[in-house]
Amino acid sequence: MNAPVILDRRRVLAGGGALIFSFSLTSAFAQDQAPGAAPAPKPPGSLATTPYLDSWIRIDADGGITVFTGKAELGQGLKTALQQIAAEELDVAFETLKLVTADTRLTANEGYTAGSNSMKDSGAAIQNAAAQVRELLVAEAARRLGQPAEGLRTENGAVISANGKRLTYGDLVAADMLHVQAQPKSKLKDSATFKVMGQSIPRVDIPAKVTGGAAYVQDMRLPGMVHARIVRPPSYGAQLTECDTAAIEKLPGVIKIVRDGNFLAVVAEKEFQSIKAMNALSAAAKWKETASLPKQDDLLKVLTSLRSQDFTIFEHSNPAVTGQKTIEATYTRPYQSHGSIGPSCAVAHFTDGAMTVWTHTQGVFPDRQGIAEMLRMPPASVRLIHVEGSGCYGHNGADDAAADAALIALALPGRPVRVQWMREQEHGWEPYGPAMVTKLKASLDGNGKIADWNFEVFSNTHSMRPGGAGSMLAAQHMAQPFAVPEPKPLPLPDGGGDRNAIPFYNFPNARVVHHFIPEMPLRISAMRALGAYHNVFSIESFMDELAALAGADPVEFRLKHLDDQRGRDVIEKAAQGFGWKAGQTPPLDRGYGFAFARYKNHAAYCAIASEVEVNRETGRPRLVRAVAAVDSGQVINPDGLINQIEGAIVQSMSWTLYESVTFDATRITSIDWQTYPILRFNAVPDSIEVHIINRPGQPFLGSGETGQGPAAASIANAIANVTGKRLRDLPLTRKRIKDAIDA
Amino acid sequence: MMTLKVNGHDHQVDADPDTPLLYVLRDDIKLNAAKFGCGLGQCGACTVIVDGKAVLSCVTPLVLLEGKQVTTLEGLGTIGAPAPIQRAFMEEQAAQCGYCIAGMMMRAQALLQRNSKPTDEQIRAELEPHLCRCGTHMRILRAVHRAARLMDTADAASTGRSAP
Ligand code: FES
Ligand code: FES
Repeated sequence: MNAPVILDRRRVLAGGGALIFSFSLTSAFAQDQAPGAAPAPKPPGSLATTPYLDSWIRIDADGGITVFTGKAELGQGLKTALQQIAAEELDVAFETLKLVTADTRLTANEGYTAGSNSMKDSGAAIQNAAAQVRELLVAEAARRLGQPAEGLRTENGAVISANGKRLTYGDLVAADMLHVQAQPKSKLKDSATFKVMGQSIPRVDIPAKVTGGAAYVQDMRLPGMVHARIVRPPSYGAQLTECDTAAIEKLPGVIKIVRDGNFLAVVAEKEFQSIKAMNALSAAAKWKETASLPKQDDLLKVLTSLRSQDFTIFEHSNPAVTGQKTIEATYTRPYQSHGSIGPSCAVAHFTDGAMTVWTHTQGVFPDRQGIAEMLRMPPASVRLIHVEGSGCYGHNGADDAAADAALIALALPGRPVRVQWMREQEHGWEPYGPAMVTKLKASLDGNGKIADWNFEVFSNTHSMRPGGAGSMLAAQHMAQPFAVPEPKPLPLPDGGGDRNAIPFYNFPNARVVHHFIPEMPLRISAMRALGAYHNVFSIESFMDELAALAGADPVEFRLKHLDDQRGRDVIEKAAQGFGWKAGQTPPLDRGYGFAFARYKNHAAYCAIASEVEVNRETGRPRLVRAVAAVDSGQVINPDGLINQIEGAIVQSMSWTLYESVTFDATRITSIDWQTYPILRFNAVPDSIEVHIINRPGQPFLGSGETGQGPAAASIANAIANVTGKRLRDLPLTRKRIKDAIDA
Repeated sequence: MMTLKVNGHDHQVDADPDTPLLYVLRDDIKLNAAKFGCGLGQCGACTVIVDGKAVLSCVTPLVLLEGKQVTTLEGLGTIGAPAPIQRAFMEEQAAQCGYCIAGMMMRAQALLQRNSKPTDEQIRAELEPHLCRCGTHMRILRAVHRAARLMDTADAASTGRSAP
């Protein structure tokens, strides 16, 4: 594999120590890049941007090993998975590793923890860094023992020679030995020998979470900490016209009222005092509001009439194939809430000219940039540390809460400030998953195969994350406000509104147009799976409509249009696990549905079959059971993967059956769990079965978002199967189902 | 000043009588498990046990708790010596973010204390006030069933030892 490199390393190590080694590496890279030659290959994952091995792994003289990741634990099991990867490639016991997650002072800048990219970015970086660290340690042991490296092996944190001599990693490591740049290739272990990877190791964060340990930013208690609450405007764009704070300043425990333009907050010694003061402040504040919201019940018209930038993102034609029977359909998705169970929270401490913020943001580095800009401080004086919060499922209020805390802390130097949003604020102010419209048109040829396919998607961007200060509410509301940045379509192949808009099936003629809508009537940003949720819902619903037109079984129809073997495998696995049979008849009042997608067309594969019961009297749907098959490449932790897919199916079911953000001309009206109902236990399925297709040695494909689209379409198809009626507007509520049955 | 009995200990609490129990537990007694989710009685994240009954601490003012026994998740067991329900949730890996879980566990614990062999339907009905956004429901149900089995064996093993 990379034998010459190892020789280099040995020579250099023998020659004069690690420090020189890093210089030699740099020059070696330079020599590789002869004029006109292709650029030197980069090491995998985030090593490409943060190449020093000791940015990822550090070993103390006492043998203690710390692994660093720029990604964050969001309840998806990231810490456990990364620790498994490191333990495997380093050959150390899993429990002995320490893991440090996203912190602007300590870890690599890995952008956002999003897009199911953590294993591809950080997992690959840590895996390769660990393998290269192990090689360096073996090389050092070889030098000390005067034996060839080939005769040495590693086990449990030590290098062991053929005659049983044991040198621990702590013995072997020397200053700066790991301060070297990663090589493009590593000697990774053979997946057949894995001992830690591929095992369902229990999650490291769960014990504290089920015993009342301090597990979340909400649980932080710093010495001298005070509690703040925000009074948000009642609606987008509302202006604070008056606010008499005299009486509120005298309320018990109140320390300070912070007002900066339309940003209004109160700080008190104790938490409930701050809530009482917030209520009083809210009553005292007078706002001027403007009616600026579109019509909630006609999103189709709203979205298709807003100005758009149109991009043809896919075009493929084969004039030899022409269609005979053509159908069209339009699908819509409303705005939907992330709806974290724990409202957003942050703690900030401003002292000696430096700001520290503990936050559950998905991106400590971009968020730091935004907060530094807002506070007009140099980024180097602002530190963001990720601490877990309630699950976020994308860009919720986390970054805004961090900015709130920082702005308030600036006004109270020396005292740590904890801010938590109220439920109404989380529901009313989080950036929603954008509303979307898709228009589909396709024809079948004489053999019942799809001859041509037209897909148009109308959508806002799917990320308004910071970056700049203008992405954050506090900065937008200040007296000298920061403008909301111009929205941009997210680039393919990942895409935003057009994520998964390009069909993964083989169609002889196909055209896909992305109508990107810059204007954002509601505050929106990234929500789990971005546009893929609605695009897959649309494509996979329409595939069933076309299968029906062709008189074909939905599973066979999909296989007929798919060459990709791994895709075919998950489809067959899910169908088989479900007991899917062409021409089957479900029990009375029940229907079967099937759907498939490869997330982003280049990440994990997922197929889901479901059985849904519909009460014909009330229209009430219930997912009875679902069977999923997933291929996310090399599996790191099977139970962790199953947990993610189970969760994706249940959450997507809730989005699909119940959820839409509501609003009138001025205000958001879905502001709690009464007005924004989600799944409760009475609708939880009888069973969910997840089959994993492991691909040892294949790249990690991630898994956090792959289930969202297929789950939605599979349920929709099952509802169509039982009712005989096709519903194309999300959510598929009891009322819509009932109306369709009665129509 | 009022005396509040939490997890078997008396605490002198200096808070207004209208303060919801949740803030007393978190802010005055520095406990973590009971969580603020909505403050409106809609989600269950703040659930604790008061005199054997599951109670939403975010809407229960301090003044109603004079002379009552409050139990939080911390009062059931520890990482080193977990209670059956805690073991069950660990063994089933019944959490994603876990923010909802403490509340779920407390209501399940209250159920199991009065009905040691609940049916699946009874467990689902009991947990109806609780929301989980991560979709961990299947595992939560499995964990409650497992807890029932574990408590059964624990009871059989040490007769007379009552649940906290
Ligand atoms: S926080 Fe008490 S019910 Fe939601
Ligand atoms: S595990 Fe995250 S809300 Fe339930």
